[in-house]
Amino acid sequence: MADAAVSRSRSQRYSAFSLLAGAFRQHRGWRPAWREPPLEQCYDIVIVGAGGHGLATAYYLARHHGSKRRIAVLERGWLGGGNVARNTVTIRSNYLRDESIPFYVKSVALYEGLTKELNFNLMHSRRGMIDVINTWPKLREIRRRRMVMDLHGATYRPISVDEIRRRIPLLTGGGPQSRLPILAGMLHPDAAVNRHDAVAWGYARAAGGLGVAIHQNTEVKSLLCDESGAVCGVETSRGRILAGKTALAVSGHTTSLTDTAGLRLPLRSFNLTAFVSEPVRPVLDCIVNCPDLGVYLSQSDKGEFVIGGAPDPGQSFRRDIRQNVFEDTVCALLELFPSFKRLKLLRQWGGHLDMAHDASPIMSPTERPGLYISAGWWGGYKAIPAGGMTFAHLLATGTPHPLMEKFTLDRFPHLDFIIESGTTAAV
Amino acid sequence: MKRGNRLPDGGLIDRERQINFTFNGRSFTGLAGDSVASALLANDRMLIGRSFKYHRPRGIMSAGYEEPGALVEFEAGSASGNEIPALLPLREGMRVKSVNCWPSPEFDLGGVNQLLAPLLPAGFYYKTFMRPDWALFEPWVRRAAGLAAVPRAAPEEGAYETRNLNCDILVVGAGAAGLTAASIGAASGLRIVIADMDRQPGGALLGCEAWIEELPGTDWVRKTAAELKAADNVRLLRNTLVWACREQNLLMARQNPERSGERERNWRLRARQLIIATGAVERMMVFPGNDRPGVMLASSVRNYVHRYAVRPGRRALIFTCNDTANEAVPALTNAGIEIAAIVDTRPEPQSVPTSGIRHIHGAAITRTSGRKRVRGALIRHANGRMEQIECDLVALSGGWNPSLQLWSQARQPITYNHRTSMFVPVAKAAAIRCAGAADGCIGLAAALRSGAMAGAAAIKACGCRASAAIPECSPQTRYNAGPWWHDEAPGRAQNAFVDVMNDVTLADIHLALREGYRSIEHVKRYTTAGMGLDQGRTGNVNIVGAIAEATAADMETIGVTTFRSPVAPVSFGSIQGTREGSVLLPYRHTPLTEWNVSRGAVMYEAGARWRRPGYFPQSGESMHQAVNREAGAVRNSVGVYDGSPLGTFAVKGRDAARLLDMLYTNRFSDLPLHQGRYGIMLTDDGLILDDGVSFRLGECEFLMSTSTANAARVYRHVQKFLHLERPDWQVWMTDLTCQWMNATICGPAAREIVAALGTDIDLGRGKFPFMTIREGMVAGLPARISRVSFTGELSFEINVRARDLCQLWERVIDAGKAYGITPIGSETNHVLRVEKGFLSLGHEVDGTTDPYDLGMGWIMSKKKSDFLGKRSVSLRRRRGVPRRELVGLATADPAQVIPEGAPLTPGGRREKSEGVVTASVWSECCGRSVSLALLQDGRARHGETVHIRTPEEVMEARVTGSCAWDPQGTRMRS
Amino acid sequence: MLVITCPFCGPRDEREFEYCGPAAPPRPEDASVVSDRGWVEYLTSPPNPVGPVEEIWWHKRGCEAWIRLCRDTVTHEILPTREVRK
Repeated sequence: MADAAVSRSRSQRYSAFSLLAGAFRQHRGWRPAWREPPLEQCYDIVIVGAGGHGLATAYYLARHHGSKRRIAVLERGWLGGGNVARNTVTIRSNYLRDESIPFYVKSVALYEGLTKELNFNLMHSRRGMIDVINTWPKLREIRRRRMVMDLHGATYRPISVDEIRRRIPLLTGGGPQSRLPILAGMLHPDAAVNRHDAVAWGYARAAGGLGVAIHQNTEVKSLLCDESGAVCGVETSRGRILAGKTALAVSGHTTSLTDTAGLRLPLRSFNLTAFVSEPVRPVLDCIVNCPDLGVYLSQSDKGEFVIGGAPDPGQSFRRDIRQNVFEDTVCALLELFPSFKRLKLLRQWGGHLDMAHDASPIMSPTERPGLYISAGWWGGYKAIPAGGMTFAHLLATGTPHPLMEKFTLDRFPHLDFIIESGTTAAV
Repeated sequence: MKRGNRLPDGGLIDRERQINFTFNGRSFTGLAGDSVASALLANDRMLIGRSFKYHRPRGIMSAGYEEPGALVEFEAGSASGNEIPALLPLREGMRVKSVNCWPSPEFDLGGVNQLLAPLLPAGFYYKTFMRPDWALFEPWVRRAAGLAAVPRAAPEEGAYETRNLNCDILVVGAGAAGLTAASIGAASGLRIVIADMDRQPGGALLGCEAWIEELPGTDWVRKTAAELKAADNVRLLRNTLVWACREQNLLMARQNPERSGERERNWRLRARQLIIATGAVERMMVFPGNDRPGVMLASSVRNYVHRYAVRPGRRALIFTCNDTANEAVPALTNAGIEIAAIVDTRPEPQSVPTSGIRHIHGAAITRTSGRKRVRGALIRHANGRMEQIECDLVALSGGWNPSLQLWSQARQPITYNHRTSMFVPVAKAAAIRCAGAADGCIGLAAALRSGAMAGAAAIKACGCRASAAIPECSPQTRYNAGPWWHDEAPGRAQNAFVDVMNDVTLADIHLALREGYRSIEHVKRYTTAGMGLDQGRTGNVNIVGAIAEATAADMETIGVTTFRSPVAPVSFGSIQGTREGSVLLPYRHTPLTEWNVSRGAVMYEAGARWRRPGYFPQSGESMHQAVNREAGAVRNSVGVYDGSPLGTFAVKGRDAARLLDMLYTNRFSDLPLHQGRYGIMLTDDGLILDDGVSFRLGECEFLMSTSTANAARVYRHVQKFLHLERPDWQVWMTDLTCQWMNATICGPAAREIVAALGTDIDLGRGKFPFMTIREGMVAGLPARISRVSFTGELSFEINVRARDLCQLWERVIDAGKAYGITPIGSETNHVLRVEKGFLSLGHEVDGTTDPYDLGMGWIMSKKKSDFLGKRSVSLRRRRGVPRRELVGLATADPAQVIPEGAPLTPGGRREKSEGVVTASVWSECCGRSVSLALLQDGRARHGETVHIRTPEEVMEARVTGSCAWDPQGTRMRS
Repeated sequence: MLVITCPFCGPRDEREFEYCGPAAPPRPEDASVVSDRGWVEYLTSPPNPVGPVEEIWWHKRGCEAWIRLCRDTVTHEILPTREVRK
């Protein structure tokens, strides 16, 4: 059943056998992974943004909600070139609020079956995450998380400091005499990493196989509104395209597009940085997260450490590296892993994303009939499968998916915020 | 010298100083001035290691940071990840070894991967390893990854430091162009910094023979560098890699220590004008077997000969598509390297051929032979005839790639130049310019000229006058390069490497294109080309060329992938500098830290970086026992704690009362003199920000207190409101937290102790009531005493100058001896406040509650038309949606303490929670556990039985009021 | 790391400052008289332009001035700063 969707398609199946067969033909027989049909002037649903969320939405729309619909994904640059191309691939469900946890539990579960479903090896590695805790308030919060998560089937269990050091021998910082001694730890076994480009390509290939038209190098310049104010399509760099429904999955650029329809949203765009070390032999088989110091890392299959930290201060549309923020993250990393002082930085990058006023995502119809948004994803990589599935549900049925019903724009007029971190995003 | 690849004379090396080192456990000798690579070549060690994916033998291919082939690592304790041997200055006792091979580079078991290569094309892992599950394959794949071992030992403390430097003009690169630009700058009197990554300035001049101003190139470099060094306004940074260009011309640089004992430095350079003179990197040529040890970049062969007096081979075949390779011929011949032939892909001779050398035009190498060292190459002539030529060295020159990483990081545009087949900068920004080879000016004369022009332009941009004196050198012809991206290589493209470091072949590029990965970013990500340690410096443009040929697209349209910092790998230690441990996160102390520690207090950070005592265990006491004893002392006799970290602010001015009325939900303007009032402060979102007591010290003066953790946030909140929204109000807020410090004496016997200290303040019951403040002398010290209580007991908070606190504290302890006065820590404070149902930040106040939720609707003034948060609270509550409200919980088992944060669920079932336990403690004085919770519609549910569910158990509790101790508050008012 | 020009202290390193949010329109003199929609918009929906944005920075580790500056969200270019009172 899981493979039914793809086997219906015209895509070639990938397997060890097909690879072997390919080798005999010197790999000349492989066909393009996704369809690039000619651009039409009208679609039932136009999804703006061929990033993780946009492609996943297209896939689930075509898969779950009937094949009759004509669906197009429009992408300004190359598909998979948004935040899905520049993130730290941390997949987890250790949230605090009852509203959030079930959604992320679903997303983690979908990810686990995705390689086979898409017939594309995402190299999904359920290697678990260890939260390293250095302060009492954070420990209290993390214990609270554990108990709420348990209600929703997400696992989080205490791990002793000794056990942490046994599993991560290089974590030699945070000793009893250090400035921030490690007090405790929590293991989140469901957490995983995978290959981010593969997620985009796998969804693109599967969606293409189900008839979705993906148009790269097609920049949406503005939204088209009819006289009633409803959104009826988009103006692109390749001309006007009409759409029954227009769905925005454009991360940091949501407001740039809704501004063109005179719609104001509680979103601001920020830049978030990540970096990788040079590749070295594998020594770290889990994700390490240290919220008190503000750093997290994992080691990729290639041997690079993938490291992330805090966002830059101030709004930004520049994929940027702010030296002060970056230095803070490096300092935090070295507090835990002092021997990494000798390790070398290989590459660093930034990506911009938008954050809602309460720092929780927004998946919602808007005041403008025909316009739907999926935005405010902060760490949205982990949310791609469930985000795509629920956004597809919203687009197909017009009503929010039960997992996301609290996350519509309706919460703002009543100031019914969903506050995850314990503070508002007031600054 | 045995095996003699070292030439009898020449080179920038010190032949008097021999240096011993080991490679893969074998001892070798090099000379001072050698790099590890040159020393290995001098000892005839070309084979260095094995490649990333196929474990193919790899040797030294270049003499610089573009090295795509050879990587080494230090042994054991000094491991520092992957190192490029050409960049490592040779040091006595150095122990290096090969990466990615076992047991040795000559015989490597991983070499079996070469046989599997047909099964391992680009992206093969996306197509397989799916069944039964990737988890079964991953450990094997991971084991194969990673090259060098991870460093396991931290370097000694003080190995790194950070420096800041501002200048008018920063010149990156001290080659011909950079030195010329800096020299012109030096004369202008502006502050000049010139940074170069090499151990000595000179750039490409170190690696070739040239004449400038009638001096040999290296002498001109020495003379120019000496002049720069002598100038007061110039700073020359050697060993300094400028690795990032950030906003507003902030450049990050890493300076390697020159001698042991020096620190590795992180430079933050801020330049008004930036000149990028980073040179160019010679391009690889793509043909089958182009990765075999013995295949090198032509300029690098020349470099080893000239700079290190090392002959990398005996018989060289030169393969080129441009003019620069010819220039290397005399040097190679002089070094005794026989030139087998020069194979030029261009059909017509472009420059004067060197006499006595065989030139083959319109031809290409179609493969190399040899196993661990090249033994020959097969040439296809223009007419299709094949010819095998014996050689042990193939010198490649596929044209030049200007080093534009910094330029590109600064978001400056790049264009493709067809004549020279290069991506070159398009001058645009006023504060950044390229010079020399980085600007596409290949050849010495062009570089000198370009450097002079750039220097003069930068000076002008700084508002000074400059004359561009261009150093003279031998004239040159215009540089030409034929585009040549790869040999057609029918059927053998899987051995033609476009990215040697990551083992990416031409076949991989074609496969990616065939599968629809057409954008350069897709190709790069699908094949991993250009993503290795060398960032594909020598190969990326060939990939663009291959795509252009395969898809009939324009080079410029395809473009290059984004250049990301760092320009070359830099150590994390240098980025950190000296910011570690207590320097990174300094503690805040009260004057009592020493006293606390000496009394055995368990100290930890308790918010806002304050280091505070948690509890004072006496011999053998557990934390639980200590807390019970301390709490008992406060409830039954007397305790004392250091309440100094609590935020304390003076609010003064005509509009002080008005400000407090705006900040707090209740009214302060009607507060009588010397009285205090508890207030709750909201954000304009209508959620609780903080709470605390403020006293009125005068008509226009208040003393405001905040929670410890929130003091900085409240200060900012108030200042922002004042400065942005009410700039006309005459009121000033001053942080007194570290000015006034206090000992808070609490418990039934507190009054007696204050009296025993000696004070001129009337402590009589009617004279000094609860929630008032007095000023006077206590224990001979000027003091303010306020009668607030965070414990629910009679309490005197004695505030003195910070410098007096220790003295006061000793006196209090002395005076309290008779009553058994007990110092208490923050754990006990927590128990006492939970018994009283007092709010605590991070517990009940978790950023989601308003005063109504906490049963304090009375504090929301109905009379004030506006205060911060009022509007939002009323908007949010208008719909009457049930909310979580503060209640107390009495557990069915009185001894049971509930884990803090535990959820309440309907019937204890595993479903969405209806509340959360915010605090739960064992209360010795109540004889049971006391808990607080936020419960859906909680106040209407007093008396009801509710269920708390943790992963381990389900607990029952009865809903009660939130105050378990002295609900009338008579004790604290006594 | 930006260089921000404090109107009192001159050009200083960004690390001396604290970012304090976008420069919202002035808070209504009396919040109770604003429409619900207007109030919610004021609170939650500041401008998010691709280009110059007005924001508030606080010279916290300097003279404590409150500064209103206009920073380009694409280039980080900072147009002349001023004290918020002016």
